[in-house]
Formats: sequence, C-alpha cells, structure tokens
Amino acid sequence: MLGLSAKDTGFLLFVTFLTLATPILLQPFPETSSLAQFNAGYPDLMQRFAIYGIFAIGFNILFGLTGYLSFGHAAFLGVGSYSVVWMYKLLSFNVLPGLILAIVLSGVFALLIGYVSLRRSGIYFSILTLAFAQMSYNLAYSVFTPLTNGETGLQVYTSDPQILMGEGSTQVPNLFGLVMQDSIKLPVGDWLFTFNVGYYFTAVIAIFVFYISLRIFRSPFGLILRAIKTNRTRLSYAGINTRPYMLAAFVISGMYAGLAGGLLAAMDPLAGAERMQWTASGEVVLMTILGGAGTLMGPVLGAGFIKYFENIFSKINESVLHDWFGALPEPVRDFLIAIVSPFVGDGWQLTLGLLFVLVVVFLPGGIMEGARRIGSIFRRKPAAAEPAKLPETPPAVAGDPAGE
Amino acid sequence: MSDQKKGISRRRVLKTGLAGIVATGVAPTIITNAYGFTNEPTGSTVKFGFNVPQTGPYAAEGLDELRAQQLAVEHLNGIGDGGMLSTFSSKALKGNGVLGKQVDYVTGDTQTKSDAARAAARSMIEKDGVVMINGGSSSGVAVAVQGLCQEAGIIFMAGLTHSNDTTGKDRKANGFRHFFNAYMSGAALAPVLKTAYGTDRRAYHLTADYTWGWTQQASIQLFTEQIGWETVNNVLTPVGAGDFSSYIAPVLNSGADVLVLNHYGGDMINSLTQAVQFGLRDKQVNGKQFEIVVPLYSELMADGAGANIKGVYGSMNWNWQLSDAGTQAFVKSFGEKYGQPPSNSAQTCYAQVMLYADAVERAGSFNPCAVAEALEGFEFDGLGNGPTLYRAADHQCFKDVLVVKGKENPSNQYDTLEVVEITPRAQVEYAPNHEMFGGDEATLGACNPGA
Repeated sequence: MLGLSAKDTGFLLFVTFLTLATPILLQPFPETSSLAQFNAGYPDLMQRFAIYGIFAIGFNILFGLTGYLSFGHAAFLGVGSYSVVWMYKLLSFNVLPGLILAIVLSGVFALLIGYVSLRRSGIYFSILTLAFAQMSYNLAYSVFTPLTNGETGLQVYTSDPQILMGEGSTQVPNLFGLVMQDSIKLPVGDWLFTFNVGYYFTAVIAIFVFYISLRIFRSPFGLILRAIKTNRTRLSYAGINTRPYMLAAFVISGMYAGLAGGLLAAMDPLAGAERMQWTASGEVVLMTILGGAGTLMGPVLGAGFIKYFENIFSKINESVLHDWFGALPEPVRDFLIAIVSPFVGDGWQLTLGLLFVLVVVFLPGGIMEGARRIGSIFRRKPAAAEPAKLPETPPAVAGDPAGE
Repeated sequence: MSDQKKGISRRRVLKTGLAGIVATGVAPTIITNAYGFTNEPTGSTVKFGFNVPQTGPYAAEGLDELRAQQLAVEHLNGIGDGGMLSTFSSKALKGNGVLGKQVDYVTGDTQTKSDAARAAARSMIEKDGVVMINGGSSSGVAVAVQGLCQEAGIIFMAGLTHSNDTTGKDRKANGFRHFFNAYMSGAALAPVLKTAYGTDRRAYHLTADYTWGWTQQASIQLFTEQIGWETVNNVLTPVGAGDFSSYIAPVLNSGADVLVLNHYGGDMINSLTQAVQFGLRDKQVNGKQFEIVVPLYSELMADGAGANIKGVYGSMNWNWQLSDAGTQAFVKSFGEKYGQPPSNSAQTCYAQVMLYADAVERAGSFNPCAVAEALEGFEFDGLGNGPTLYRAADHQCFKDVLVVKGKENPSNQYDTLEVVEITPRAQVEYAPNHEMFGGDEATLGACNPGA
C-alpha cells in the first residue's frame, strides 16, 4: 500500500493507530486517583508530543541517515514560528498560509546555511551550524526587533492589519473555522478523555510526514545518505558527488523543523526568540539519541520522553510528595521526601540527565534498542532472525551511535 | 544513479499527495465545552496556578515568590496566623478558603523563557483546571503568559514585572499588575537624584537589550532630562553577557559623571561589580564625584553585589523594613515559616493572591469577568504599600514608590538597603494613554470568560 512493503504498511498503520489513540493511551489513571498526576492526555502536551515528534523525525533524516550532527536546527524551528505569527498579523488567524510560508522559508534558510556548513564535515560542520543558529538567535533577540519583538516574543495585536479578517472572524488560530483549542471532553467512568482539534491536526500532519520519512528511508536516496554515513570518501571515489545529497537531506530536515516551529505557533500564537537558542537545538539531539538515532520510531519516542519529563515531573512539588507519602509514619515520610524531592519539581533536569547517561551507557541504540532487547527475551526465537522481524532499518543502527 | 532516482514515479508522488489530502479531510468534527466559564470549580476545592522560574537566571526570585504564594494559600485556608488578612482593609476573606472552597495550588517552572512559561501555564489550565495564574519574574514571560490567560479565559495576576509594556501596549482585560513599573521608578528617582547629585550631570546608560531595558532606559532618560541632566550615550548590552568590562571601559573617556545601569539579576551584579572594580566611583569627572545609579533594585541582587552597592540609589516596590502594620504582619509570618525576610517579589505575589481571592469573595463568583470587575477601580490598604488603587483603565496598581540606597553599615546579612524616601502616589501617576504606555492605541480589549 502507498508504495510500501507489507511490513512497512503494517508499521505505518500501527503508528497511525498509536497517534490517533494517544488521548486515550496517555490517560491511564482515573481522575480521582493520586496517580492522575502522571496522566499526560491534555491538549498542550499531546500537541507538543506530535510537534516535537515531527521535529525529531526531520532531524533524524539528517543525523540518523548521514551521521552529520547539526547543532543548529532550532533556527529553523524559530523561522517557522515567526512565519506563522506574521501570517496571523498580516492575513488572518487561518493557520494554513503561515504553515506553507513556514515550510518554504525554513527551506530557503536551510539551503543558505546548509550550502555554507556542508563545505565541512564532522565537528566543523557541527560548529558551523551551531554558529549560524546562535547568530539567528541573537538577530531575533535584538537586531531584528521590529520583525521579532525581541525577548517579549512576537504576538498578535488588535491593531494589526489582518487583511483577510472580517467582522466576527475567529480570533484564535483555526483551519477554515476549525478552532485549534477546541476540545471534546468525554468522561468514561472516572476517566476523562480530551479529544482536541489542534492535537488531531498535528497528529494527521505527523503521520503524513512520518510516511514521507519512511519513504525516504526506503528510497535509493536514503541508501545514498546511509552510504555517506558509512564511507563518504569511498562514495566520491566511485564518482558520486555527495554534496547535493547532503544538501537535500539538510534542506528536508530544515523544512521538517520549520513545519514543527510553524505548528508550535499554530497551537499557541506566540513566537519567542528562545525557540532558536542552542539549548533547543541540543534538545532535539538528545531526543534523537535517547530514542535511537537512525530508527524511524526512536526520535518520536525520545521527543515524547523529554517533553513528558519537562511537563509532568517539573510539576511534582513538595506538597504533592506530602500527599503521596502522607500515610507513612513521619520519620519515614520525611526521609522519603528528602530523597525524592531533589529529583522532581525544579530538579527534573537532574532526573532526565541521569536517565540520559544510563541510556547512552547501557543502551547506545536508545529506547528502541531497549524495546528490541525486551522483545527478544519474550519472543524466544533464534537471535539471527531478530533484525528481520523489526520494522526499523536494521543495519548499522544499534552499534553506530556509540561511535558517533 | 539517474535510473534509481526514477524509482520514485509520478504515480507514487500522486498517491502520496492524495493520501495527504484524504488524511486532512478526515479531521474530526467538533463540539465545544458547554461551561459557563473556563475551569469553573465544581467540587469543594479551587485551584490556583503558581508559575514561577524555578530554574535559570531568575530562580532565586522565583523560589522566593513560591514561598510567599504557599504562605498566602495557608492564610486563605485559615492555617497559620493569617498574615496580612488581619491588616487588609477589605474584610471579605474569612480564612475559610474562597467562597467556602478550600484553596489548592499547582506549581510550574517558567525557566524564564516565554515558551516554557506558556507550556507550564497551558498545562495548569488544561490539565489541572486552575482559575487563576500568578507569578513570573521577567517582563517577557509576564507579557506572554498574560496573553495566554486572555485567550484561555482565566485571570492572570502578574508577579514581578517592571516593564511599562505589561500594562502599557501589551495590557489585557484578564491581566492585573500590582508591581510598579519603569515609569514610576523614573518619576520617583529623579527628585532624589536631583537633591543628591545636582542638576548639572551627564549620564551614561548601559541597558539590557530587551523590552524591559528599553522602557526603563527611556523612562529614566525622560525624567533625568527634566531635572536638567544630559544623556551622553546609551549602550545596549546583550542579556546574560557575564563580562561587561568592554562596555564599562568607554564610560571613563566619555565625559559622563553618572553611570545608569539598566540591568537586572545576575547582569546587574556583574556590571555593578565590574564598574566598581574599574574604580569608577573613586573618579572625579567635570569636578564632580562619579556616581552609579541602579533604577530597579531587589534584595537578592543587593545580596549578590555585596559591598559594591553601598550608597548606590535605586527604587523598589516594597521593602521588608517598612513600619506599617501590613508589612509587619507579613514579615512576621514569613519569617516564622522560612527564617528569613521576604523579598519585594515575594510581597507582590502574596498581595496578588490575596487581592484575587478577595475580589472573588466580593464578586461572589470565580467568573473572570466578575472578578475583573471587582478588581477594577478597587481601593485598598493594609497590604504593605499604603493606600493603593487598581486603576480600571489599564489594570495597573498605583501606590507609593520607595527610593532606596545601599546601606553603608549593614547590621545583618538582610539589612542591605535603606529606604531614603517614600515617593507619594500622586507623583508617579500618569494618564492611561501616556505615549510610553502605547498611547491611544493600547486597549484592554474585552474580558474573556473562556468556553
């Protein structure tokens, strides 16, 4: 189906199912239980899962396939966001023109940065992209203030032209009247499921771009990219000019990032310069490595993992801990709280850092390698048959990131 | 290679495109929530959201805000000594929660980034169902979260935000600010500077390069030029620069005899320390002693800059050393709980939580529009700042402003600043359509109760 092998079709359907059922899957605990703290099925976080998933899928096309580590992808994220907000300001709150502009502009931007950066490889390439991203950040932060509104962030004001807006037009981001922040709330027993328009909009786009990435992975173009990772010198001896391929991969992943940035602004009409900061670029690298670089599903899982920590763990404060351990005798309770509290609330980055270290040391292939190992325990099949069973691209993946 | 590339056939491209179109077509149909207003509390509790920087450059300020907010919740629920409830001029709150509902709260980390702050705020609104968000230790964050609360239909009670824009060009119907602003700092500081340093001065500005810095620099320039000072130069410095020596060296040869540091937090600590190390304050220029001014002070900055702040003038919203009954009650209960005096960011957050709860009680509803109406034009006293007005036109509080100076002989580690003058409210007032506050174009818009 859709030019995919039967196995890949099954995989795509599985991913589609997971994505569409997210509002139910992420809400495993009843509202009344104390574990409801860990539910993640609310619109903002689900949207972020899908959006950063797109960002990571795009990044993986460059990093996972060619092994070129870009530290500047946040620049494209920012370009995408600014494009969408500017379209709100100039035209109307319909997200479509903005998203198209976001993809086009970030593509052009990636072409410029890629053309220069790809003259070098390895660490020099990383440094060049980092430099460009940091330049873009500083430009957005102070130099281009009329365009970006500096630190305050670009917002829509009632005094903006918005030439396509009439009386009574929707005053919030929408797709031809379909309001992004609208939700259907469905109570089932003690559970409460929220089906949000914005989430399904991003989810459908995410599935579509996932499909494109699947096709790229399976295409001859993808094969060349992988060959570049394995041995670029040999490829050039064989008479193949690798730079156009690299540039194409860079531009594609830049456009993915632009789309993700645009979607961020489509869900929440604000664009801030810190979206372009190097920490945001670093975040997508973490997502990809945590999930499993070079695998199709890994970066999406990594993105979900990091966003989950950022949003759920950072909200566990001491009073929540008191609720949890309330039933225990006081000395035990105080002891437990003293042990746990540095790792939650404002310490969420500490927990994430520890996890990252553990993953890189013990599972160099990321979460996907972990899933594979667990799978092989249960499957009890000959080890040689393993890779073939997997939906991901088997070769070179599990071992390679450790050597990156 | 060209053969292989033809493998992606036109048919496949068409199929791919069609799949996309079909996929977008199946977008779900929508029903909107049928609530009276966003997050209407139905049970026996009501939730507030405290969104403060817990990591990043302003974490110290944020954590102090959080202490005050937790204290406020205790007092609302009738735990502890009640703090400023006893001195607050409005007696609507009885210490039994708000409208008979116990107050619960959730916390979030803004990381001093607009993006993270909005994510945290959205999760509070969507997941935890808060009716009000309080906090923020940066004007950028405050403006961003205020916009979000306006869209979502809940009330935003701003914490520490000093930019004119928060209640100026970025003012919103659902947003309220208790803290003072850059314009008020200028209006309060100028007369004191005139008395201390005379009318014939040449000022050199170093300004944090973002909206807060710009509005503060413009305000200080306006008021110092009114007293006859000349502005020699204004140099914009990147936020978080760390090293300011390259910006300070040119000051020596510029002919200026006053350095105005429009910096905050760690930047201010660094720039002031380096200016002192360069020996600026020992210099004689134009036959006058060289002076440094820091328009916006905070206890935490004073603490960080140590002895370098001695004799340096600045302004504050509130100080724990004031002698009124409200301040004393607050400092006492804060001190008993945490063993240290509160900072002025803590006080503004505590006051904001109390003001919100009181407005709900007086309005008899959590509906943001009813609450906004109760806050608009509200006159109160006993929250530490003397008689105060919540102006209806721009949702800015008007109250006395403190002019402070780094203390020459501190008696203990918290005794870093001394209050030089309490500038009366009338002297810092301005028209709602003042050109520094967005002029005639700036409007609150309509109140939004949400779904």
